Amino acid sequence: MTRQPGFSRGFAPGSSSGFSPARVWAMLLRYLYILRSSWPRTLELLYWPTLQMLIWGFMSQFFYTNSSYVARAFGVLLAAVMLWDVLFRGQLGLSISFLEEMWSRNLGHLFVTPLRPYEWVISLLAMSAIRVTIGVVPAALLAIPLYHYSIFTMGLPLIAFFAVLLAMGWALGLAICGMILRNGVGAESLAWSIIFALAPLSCVYYPVTTLPSWLRPVAWALPSTHVFEGMRALMFSGVFRADYLIGAAALDVLYLALGGLVFSLSFRNARRRGALLQMGE
Amino acid sequence: MPGGTLADPASMRHIGAMPEPVIAVENLVKRYGEAVAVDGIDFAVARGVTAALLGGNGAGKTTTLSILLGLLLPTAGHVHVLGEDVLRHRYRVLPRMNFSSPYVDLPHRLTVRQNLSVYARLYRLPRRRERIGQLAEDLQIEAFLDRPAGRLSSGQKTRVALAKALLNQPELLLLDEPTASLDPDTGDWVRSYLEAYRARTGATILLASHNMGEVERLCSHVMMMKGGRIVDRGSPAELIGRYGRTTLEEVFLQIVRGSRTELAAAAQ
Repeated sequence: MTRQPGFSRGFAPGSSSGFSPARVWAMLLRYLYILRSSWPRTLELLYWPTLQMLIWGFMSQFFYTNSSYVARAFGVLLAAVMLWDVLFRGQLGLSISFLEEMWSRNLGHLFVTPLRPYEWVISLLAMSAIRVTIGVVPAALLAIPLYHYSIFTMGLPLIAFFAVLLAMGWALGLAICGMILRNGVGAESLAWSIIFALAPLSCVYYPVTTLPSWLRPVAWALPSTHVFEGMRALMFSGVFRADYLIGAAALDVLYLALGGLVFSLSFRNARRRGALLQMGE
Repeated sequence: MPGGTLADPASMRHIGAMPEPVIAVENLVKRYGEAVAVDGIDFAVARGVTAALLGGNGAGKTTTLSILLGLLLPTAGHVHVLGEDVLRHRYRVLPRMNFSSPYVDLPHRLTVRQNLSVYARLYRLPRRRERIGQLAEDLQIEAFLDRPAGRLSSGQKTRVALAKALLNQPELLLLDEPTASLDPDTGDWVRSYLEAYRARTGATILLASHNMGEVERLCSHVMMMKGGRIVDRGSPAELIGRYGRTTLEEVFLQIVRGSRTELAAAAQ
């Protein structure tokens, strides 16, 4: 069908075929507008990682003179705290941007545009990375003058740890968003709580050998456990364990695929139930 | 159809001259478990027509609109919009259509300009600022372009939602209760704008409403829905004449109450 003459040609929509970085940017811009419109939200991004760093930094200073474990590598607790925040904020950053759409009852408008679900997901992932960076980097920088400890001395492995934990956060976030799509905003609490169930198994502050032997296989099934073991190997022994990193990356691929599948199936289910038009607070 | 008998003659299924209908729906069914929301409806709407799905709450109007938009998957049936099968190729037609509903919101903290800018980007419109400026002038929303969407009155929100729905100059505009919760003055202004838009562009408008006055004024064709079915159809004048009434509202009430009377009689 051709366009009628009454329409102004100069404002005709662009092609909708295939992936569009412009639409991803549109969604990213939207979340940045939301972030910019509320300074308490931006402050909150900075607040929790900084607070965590302060508490654990002073605790580390205390243990430094009282514990041989911490004394062997002063920064180990601080690094663990900051890397844990990458995972936590990565998952939360994705889920919060997703929930913004639920809270504003806006999915019905978004998905009558040519926006593809995968383009939306890419914008959510990008926004999660931005939120993590805003939250964690200033806290890491503040630790340098306060404790004379820089997490950046880890060098390139730090980038790998960061990426693996962020990807795990995304996988969890996608699965949680899928569950919210399926069960409504009543399932919102999953976004805040599910990650804490994984903290004891991730062995953030202690070696995996601390866990009962029957629980260790479960812990090793988490990419985060590989990262924190790798971090300790690097800080205590100065050894970069590529095997840990490869294991974590492989698990990430698996969990990202599962998270994507849960999200995709839930989105289709939402279309079947008519939830895209009705979902909201 | 005097006397309230409901009919669905095949001869009345097509609306307007039909060389190539903008909307073509065949045997559309939507079930939620045991509940039937849309029960095997057929209709077609020609280019340039303003048509309405008219019915009470739960009649199946919004469900039908949602399926046309691809937001909801039907249980059975075929839906073609602007020549494309919506169930298979919705992304081919979404740039050419748009939608507005008072029940779907825009993010409250974003300003009107930011909201429109995001949607303009989603449609990949060229000259976005110019387009937003033009719509702001047309719809008289310039004064609050930089105000957060959450701080607008109902009338202002409706005009902004309309601006969003017209950003991509849709050839097909789907509206769910376009003047719900508006005062008579604003409601009249919106109706006049829609009439002017259709006249200027030749766009097709399908609206779902239970505002009989609005439908009578705007629409040349009406499909009366009840219990997920189209129980009658025609122009407002045809429907009024067929039932021997003076307004569309009376026709609607006769259809609803007539059926209830028949059911009550059957029960006795």
